[in-house]
Amino acid sequence: MSTLAIEHLTIGLPEGADRPFAVEDVSMTIDKGQILCVVGESGSGKSMTANALMGLLPRGVTVKAGHAMFEGRDVLRLPEAEKMALRGAQVAMIFQEPMTALNPLMRIGDQIAEVFAAHDRFTQAERRKKALDLIREVQLPDPEKIIRAYPFQLSGGQRQRAMIAMALALEPKLLIADEPTTALDVTTQAQILKLILDLRDRRGMAVMFITHDFGVVAEIADEVIVMREGRVVERGTAAAVLKYPQHDYTRRLLDAIPTGMLPEQRALSETPALEIKGLRKIYRTGGGFFREAREVRAVDDVSLTVARGEVLGLVGESGSGKSTLGRTAVRLVTPDGGQVLVGGVDLAALPEEELRTQRHKVQMIFQDPYASLNPRQRILGAITDGPIARGTPRREAEERAKELLEVVGLGADAASRFPHEFSGGQRQRIGIARALAMDPELIIADEAVSALDVSIQAQVLDLLRDLRERMGLSILFITHDLRVAAQLCDRIAVMQRGKLVEIGPVHDIFLKPQKDYTKQLLAAVPGSDWEQRNESA
Amino acid sequence: MSFWTRFRTNIGAMVGVVLLIAVIAIAVFAPLIFANDPWQMVQRPFLPPFSREDLLLGTDTLGRDVAAQLAYGARVSLLVGLVSTLVALLIGVPLGALAGFYGGLVDEGAMRFTEFFQTIPNFALAIVLVAIFEPTLSSITLAIAIVSWPPVARLVRAEVMSVRKREFVDAAMLAGLTKRRILVRQVLPNTLSPIIVMASLMVATAILLESSLSFLGLGDPNAMSWGYMIGAARTVIRSAWWLSFFPGVAIIITVLALNLIGEGLNDALNPHLSRRKGRA
Amino acid sequence: MSVLAIIVSRLAKAALTLLAIAVLNFCLLHAAPGDPAVVLAGEAGAADEQMIAQLRERFGLDQPFGVQLWKYVSGVAMLDLGYSFRQGAPVIDLIADRLPATLLLTGVAFVISLVCGIALGVAAAARVGKPQDSLLTTFALLFYATPLYWAALMAVLVFSVWLGWLPGFGYETVGAGYTGWARVIDIAKHLVLPALTLGLFFMAVYMRMTRASMLEVSNADFVKTGRAKGLSDKVIRRRHILRNAILPVVTLAGLQAGQLIGGAVLTETVFAWPGIGRLMFESLAARDYNTILGVFLVSAAMVILFNIVTDIVYRLVDPRIGARA
Repeated sequence: MSTLAIEHLTIGLPEGADRPFAVEDVSMTIDKGQILCVVGESGSGKSMTANALMGLLPRGVTVKAGHAMFEGRDVLRLPEAEKMALRGAQVAMIFQEPMTALNPLMRIGDQIAEVFAAHDRFTQAERRKKALDLIREVQLPDPEKIIRAYPFQLSGGQRQRAMIAMALALEPKLLIADEPTTALDVTTQAQILKLILDLRDRRGMAVMFITHDFGVVAEIADEVIVMREGRVVERGTAAAVLKYPQHDYTRRLLDAIPTGMLPEQRALSETPALEIKGLRKIYRTGGGFFREAREVRAVDDVSLTVARGEVLGLVGESGSGKSTLGRTAVRLVTPDGGQVLVGGVDLAALPEEELRTQRHKVQMIFQDPYASLNPRQRILGAITDGPIARGTPRREAEERAKELLEVVGLGADAASRFPHEFSGGQRQRIGIARALAMDPELIIADEAVSALDVSIQAQVLDLLRDLRERMGLSILFITHDLRVAAQLCDRIAVMQRGKLVEIGPVHDIFLKPQKDYTKQLLAAVPGSDWEQRNESA
Repeated sequence: MSFWTRFRTNIGAMVGVVLLIAVIAIAVFAPLIFANDPWQMVQRPFLPPFSREDLLLGTDTLGRDVAAQLAYGARVSLLVGLVSTLVALLIGVPLGALAGFYGGLVDEGAMRFTEFFQTIPNFALAIVLVAIFEPTLSSITLAIAIVSWPPVARLVRAEVMSVRKREFVDAAMLAGLTKRRILVRQVLPNTLSPIIVMASLMVATAILLESSLSFLGLGDPNAMSWGYMIGAARTVIRSAWWLSFFPGVAIIITVLALNLIGEGLNDALNPHLSRRKGRA
Repeated sequence: MSVLAIIVSRLAKAALTLLAIAVLNFCLLHAAPGDPAVVLAGEAGAADEQMIAQLRERFGLDQPFGVQLWKYVSGVAMLDLGYSFRQGAPVIDLIADRLPATLLLTGVAFVISLVCGIALGVAAAARVGKPQDSLLTTFALLFYATPLYWAALMAVLVFSVWLGWLPGFGYETVGAGYTGWARVIDIAKHLVLPALTLGLFFMAVYMRMTRASMLEVSNADFVKTGRAKGLSDKVIRRRHILRNAILPVVTLAGLQAGQLIGGAVLTETVFAWPGIGRLMFESLAARDYNTILGVFLVSAAMVILFNIVTDIVYRLVDPRIGARA
């Protein structure tokens, strides 16, 4: 018998929402010891389904129809007191944001022990011992210390482990994991995924794993359900869905994430568009009357070159210094040492006034589509501000702006509208048009597709690839996602803790990595095994 | 939903608007509504309210028309409240904006300065300033402005710092715009909503401050004000309670109206903060 | 950073602030219209030529500005706040005499307003959108708009004049000769109306802050975690929301202590409460600038001291602060 059986679940949204139902006629079952991945993009209703099971739906959102049978009872229709007894004991849940999911003012040990207290289990001393055991089980270092620590003293990955410890406290039969690794670095993600697999094997619990990432699916799923706009569009075993997707949407999602097929190598020009020599940036924090300063070498003696017409991928985990490098290259950050040469001019050494006249040479595409456009400025203004400041006549600048909006696939009439009228993907296109309007010698794309859903991501990457061909753009493409880098880049540079670890043609980095860190990074990419299988097939 | 729809459907805010319009109308048309000069003796002193039709709220210790005094007092309250708020904004907004935008030493200096003024008990400072520089409408207004600008500077600094971190500001830098132009054209417009909300609440606080100063005898001797009326009637409260009562009600109504409007503006300008909405 | 180090650094900063206020005071005295000697003498009445000349010499008013400033500031550092010619006593003695009454009044008002404000704010937040919440927020809005001194006058009128329940003037019954507990009870009776009317406005402030803070924290992710653990709403509110929500309220309340002192000037004036606020009011009428500025300096010192205490309490309660610094 299955642990959980959801039948024809329909969840209604409050009036005025963009659609009447968050989830419509969804059915699924999870067996003991099985991991079911629910896959979908934002707004697909995957999280709502989980929240409905836990009785954690936001105000105004209600279950309209259907059942969810768990241990012979319909959890959707239990009285509140019984739901409470069920939560944390029989069904446990972990969330996406480990940074905010723990109470900042309460020790980790107390937060774990609280689960026992809520369900009236064990004595005080036993609770402490059990908490220690759990911390050990999720492989957190130095349990005695962790139990007394506050959340802010733990890293993101450690906090997620603490959350898992809490969820496992009363040996639930079902664990619901809502994008638990999305906010983590790849290597940490790989460790957490492994932990969940181990725990499933050891405890034989059923896991409902919600994700948007087919790579993660490939790593841990037994069964897969694909959701789109509140409906199930595809279901089956992981192997079947990944290899032989039936529905168009699934196929698009799968196509959208790189398959490990590397792009063909192109001949690169000899002339450099950007030369970085011995670049250094040190951040000093604190430092005051009674404090000693701490130094972080964000960029530590890095040299690299981007050839004209080349796309150089700069990859690394958070804190590797890749973004600082990018911001230093456009002189949003002034380096402590080294040179940034663009067309023979050292941007790093220019005084403020002169710099302003040289700014146009390097432009940037930003990460957050919602923060990169001024909400109070029309699109036309956003694109023409720069050229006009450079002395282009207004009329000419406006003509060009409209042309560029066509080029990025938005149409000239977008010019007169405000940013809030556009979706995230469209805003990124506007950002690209804005960068192109300056006729830059180099574009730096800082995590430019990271905030987008996979299918939108693919479209923006297509656009960049197309522009690269048509306009011979040189791009420094900064990303944490190796799979994305593989799709677009000619060469890859890997950074770790401020240092350049390895740089080389994309084929060499992916197929013959030289450095251990690069190998680790590649191994941690979710679905990497499956990619290789796919490649050989 | 647009700003206006949200503001219009807020009952409290609409009540506030109606009350404020009424107070403003009375202040503006005081000479038309009341034939009596607020300083002139028109009847016997201590005439209780509602005893004569032409002197609805009675007379004060010197036989002056209380209703007319209230109407003229509204002028002083509104004027001082509005002007002192504008002056406080003129000090606080540039200071906060420069501190938040340029950071570093500018920020350090500006914030030390602001902190200093915030540590000083503000009402006590206002008393000292008005006492030393002789109470006139302008010294009172200036004193109130001087004690009210620090929260503005802090708010603007925080807002500018948060907007400054957003990527469109980086984009404007890369477009080669000057820093001053970025601050004025790109950053400041995005800090407008909280400044407007704060300003409306500041007018209310300024009115309370002005009335408190006048109550202590630090009002402009040439301007009739609500606080002065209450202060003058304080000693006769046992026999003529209405002389203290009505001006107090006038202050409450005006301040309440402004607070209601401020809250309405806050709800309408920052909908995501005030109302919980279901989202898919 | 240890608590001791924090105290030392904060005290150093406080000394600097007080120094700045002393300089400000000096400048104000000199900016006042008229001859500084006459200003200092205030309306001491006599103000004859000889006395003015004496004053000029005593305060070195014929010496260069810098010397005068140094004399004044070093005097303040030695707790010499000048002489009140009106009252015929050193200002510091006058203030020392009146300070306990003010500390009692503001202390009690602060505790009442904070405790009641937080309790009502929590109650309102727990019933958000229900009639009780609307009622509480409406009352808070009303108190928030009520001038302190007017509330005090009305309280005197109703509870003292009309109902005769509580004394409306003074600190204790003059000439009753109470001692021991009887005196304590007598003072407590006199304290009720001033403390309540002074606390009412601040209660409204703290209630609104607490309510807003509770609602904000109740949207935090860790609240959802708590529910996922199977905790009851009551436990979540008490153990998770409350502590996180109250911290900012208490900090803000600490920062607002200065306003409480300002309010005390008004309350003490209405209730003839013999504190430094009343002293300031009396000095206003007498144009006794030395006393006014002395009270101003002392009240600023009180606020600074109180801020330091709040800051340290905050550091002890919030584990994140100590580590971050």
